[in-house]
Amino acid sequence: MSTPTASATNSRLDAKCPSGPLAERWDKHRFELKLINPANKRKFHVLVVGTGLAGASAASTLADLGYQVSAFCIQDSARRAHSIAAQGGINAAKNYQNDGDSVRRLFYDTIKGGDFRARESNVYRLAQVSGNIIDQCTALGVPFAREYGGLLANRSFGGAQVSRTFYARGQTGQQLLLGAYSALMRQVGSGRVKMFPRHEMLDLVLVEGVARGIVTRDLVSGEIESFAGDAVLLCTGGYGNVFYLSTNAQNCNVTAAWRAHLRGAYFANPCFTQIHPTCIPVSGDHQSKLTLMSESLRNDGRVWVPKAQGDQRPPGQIPEAERDYYLERRYPSFGNLAPRDIASRAAKERCDAGFGVGAGGRAVFLDFGDAIQRDGVEAIRARYGNLFEMYERITAEDPYQQPMRISPAVHYTMGGLWVDYNLESTVPGLFVLGEANFSDHGANRLGASALMQGLADGYFIIPYTLGGHLAGRKLPKVDSSRAEFREAVEAARERTRRWLSIRGKRSVRSFHRELGLTMWDHCGMARTRDGLLAGLAKVTALKDEFHRDLCVQGTSEGLNQSLEHAGRVADFFELGELMIRDALQREESCGGHFREEHQTKDGEARRDDANFCYVAAWERDSAGTGWQMHREALNFENVQLATRSYA
Amino acid sequence: MHLTLHIWRQQNATSAGGFETYRVDDVLPEMSFLEMLDVLNERLTREGREPVAFDHDCREGICGMCSLVINGAPHGPDRATTTCQLHMRRFHDGETIYIEPFRATAFPVLKDLVVDRSAFDRILAAGGFITARTGSPPDANSVPVPKVDADLAMDAAACIGCGACVAACKNAAAMLFVGAKVSHLALLPQGKPERRRRALQMVQQMDAEGFGGCTNERECEAACPKGISVANIARLNREYLWASLADPE
Ligand SMILES: Cc1cc2nc3c(=O)[nH]c(=O)nc-3n(C[C@H](O)[C@H](O)[C@H](O)COP(=O)(O)OP(=O)(O)OC[C@H]3O[C@@H](n4cnc5c(N)ncnc54)[C@H](O)[C@@H]3O)c2cc1C
Ligand code: FES
Repeated sequence: MSTPTASATNSRLDAKCPSGPLAERWDKHRFELKLINPANKRKFHVLVVGTGLAGASAASTLADLGYQVSAFCIQDSARRAHSIAAQGGINAAKNYQNDGDSVRRLFYDTIKGGDFRARESNVYRLAQVSGNIIDQCTALGVPFAREYGGLLANRSFGGAQVSRTFYARGQTGQQLLLGAYSALMRQVGSGRVKMFPRHEMLDLVLVEGVARGIVTRDLVSGEIESFAGDAVLLCTGGYGNVFYLSTNAQNCNVTAAWRAHLRGAYFANPCFTQIHPTCIPVSGDHQSKLTLMSESLRNDGRVWVPKAQGDQRPPGQIPEAERDYYLERRYPSFGNLAPRDIASRAAKERCDAGFGVGAGGRAVFLDFGDAIQRDGVEAIRARYGNLFEMYERITAEDPYQQPMRISPAVHYTMGGLWVDYNLESTVPGLFVLGEANFSDHGANRLGASALMQGLADGYFIIPYTLGGHLAGRKLPKVDSSRAEFREAVEAARERTRRWLSIRGKRSVRSFHRELGLTMWDHCGMARTRDGLLAGLAKVTALKDEFHRDLCVQGTSEGLNQSLEHAGRVADFFELGELMIRDALQREESCGGHFREEHQTKDGEARRDDANFCYVAAWERDSAGTGWQMHREALNFENVQLATRSYA
Repeated sequence: MHLTLHIWRQQNATSAGGFETYRVDDVLPEMSFLEMLDVLNERLTREGREPVAFDHDCREGICGMCSLVINGAPHGPDRATTTCQLHMRRFHDGETIYIEPFRATAFPVLKDLVVDRSAFDRILAAGGFITARTGSPPDANSVPVPKVDADLAMDAAACIGCGACVAACKNAAAMLFVGAKVSHLALLPQGKPERRRRALQMVQQMDAEGFGGCTNERECEAACPKGISVANIARLNREYLWASLADPE
């Protein structure tokens, strides 16, 4: 294997962060960005790919400002983007609880939660606009939970000691997305947004080095066509499905981001993935997805395993003194609300040591017994009723009567396309928003912060920074009859035909499942150099087999779900390889990236700030066979790099 | 478990469809209904036959993408459950199951079990929103909302837009879907200014899409995976009546 070559910080990695006092940077930057006169806005056509929180908020806001927008998504309606599944809540530094919150505290918690691997300027801006998000969503009719006096309610979430999470029962993502979607549909109704559901982006088109269009496949007719515009916004979500089993929806994929990467957009920190501690355990080989049990459950649920190894007694028969509440024991000040990476690893540690419960000893208990005794069944039902129901439906066990069995599962990807302070990638004119970019969460994301980031990007950041591109660059008129477009369309057709022409023996799903298992075993919760190298060999071999032995039925005309899946899995193979390479080069443990070689004697992550305080940004080499790694140094001027302690 | 499935197969929107029969073995009680179909599709692929097309995404009952009429019931036999949340422990060994697409004039079949529900999007684009330009709203706590209203609005807003209400109704009416959205927004102070226009325009679009009228059968409520109440239809009727009386248009 070729070792990654590291170049010194290269000029394309200019983060363009403003200087000056942290609190004034965004203001200063907004003032310096060029404005576009209202009458000229309608001359610009913006292509928005993805209609989750990031895409729907961006598309609706840009259209309201006067731009012409075309928006694309895979599902049959914009409302069904994966953001719909978020349960727990959205953070904002409103300090409505008067419990000591502030913009600065949200900023600090996010930087620390991310294990000091995110940019100060970006994260501060995120905290600054967080309050506006709640105002905006409320105005759009999001029915946030309220107190009896009619004011907004809050709950606590992992990694914070203040109560700053806003929520709508256990359906916060749904309600925020329905708000953004309704704003989007208003623009569709008024003709300023043209909506293309059931369209999958298969390539990015560059003209003279600038992103000027996309290639899509109409998933119903099978037609491959292209669209030209003045800017492209990728809001296409995360790549957790590279692991096959994850809490993500089935259609989540990396294809749009990966195709952009192959066209020159750097991919940053691909190995930073988040494993969520509280999911329903796997029940067998047929399993197609894992269901999350919201982190909010850890407000009232206590996590434990038996003190005796291999104790098979039903939980009710294990007396208090024989239970190990290991999170409370190891992290007394945060207890059950320790951040996700820490809680997941602690669960793995107990299970690996033989204390796990349930099938194969891979789970731990999440127990509501004390909370029910303290607050009563009705209070618990009001807080978590729908989650308890969901659990019972899947497992046929009643969590009011016995503790839940939970185990860690892949949930979120902090890595993504590299973007600067303007959310622009290394391809001019290509902006990346929401989970698809790498920007704000460093090596670990705090709960309730993804919704905040997606909406911050779409409602409050891109509407300003896009102007810098549109007003600041010469953008000659282009249309899709140009050679660049025709070539990209032809290449996408060719790729699609290839999956049908292999005519091998194995289904896409069987390849995807095996790839996922390999990634989980070798590049999952705990990583070692030898394990990663072995994983790399397996992924490459499996990729070869995929290209030799794939079997896709049907044709490229019309709806063909296996064909769609094949293209996505093909890109996951390449991404998987890059994730492993990234995990190999990062010889430290930080956040969700745990290298067993780098831990303290208590089993905590050992960061190496002297050598690894950087963003790893990967460039595909021109031969298309390997990568070159570039470093963006992270400079901390406002916080002290500290060992992340939750004890 | 062994099952016999009669599944609706249809090549595309213009071709005629029909039932085909499949046997599936090795079905486990803990599989979800869609995972059972995955098993069938894996086998069909290996046998050189085209897998059955069906819509799905989140597989946890929230996105509204899955559909299917199972033994005559949209989303199958369990109350307040989407197809993706239905588990095979609900069925018994040797059972025969009929699987069809949602049927309604306004939901044409695209392929096999996949239908086109874009009519719902067009109804919402006609008025299912609050106009609030990004950046203009006041502080979220400046308008208190009584908890009862917020809770009722949330009950209505829980609609996932799957279309089971339409599929269950003998008139293929979309009143529960439209009623839920109109109620959600009308119950909140933020939604009051556009109340009248919203009710009129959404109903007008609903009619234009070819959905039928409501004759109070309440099949929609029974089929709704989110338990949306027909009280929302009554509220829609009140809103609409009030809006048409007050507005000469
Ligand atoms: C079960 C679950 C619960 C969660 N709970 C919380 C929570 O409580 N709080 C929190 O802050 N975060 C939570 N998260 C994380 C959060 O929901 C996501 O990170 C966030 O919603 C992502 O939003 P997005 O707009 O970036 O992308 P998505 O919502 O994933 O949207 C992606 C969009 O891109 C489209 N798309 C993708 N690929 C293509 C392509 N090739 N061509 C065309 N279109 C494409 C899709 O159709 C979709 O419209 C949760 C995540 C999960 C999985
Ligand atoms: S697949 Fe999302 S609701 Fe069934």
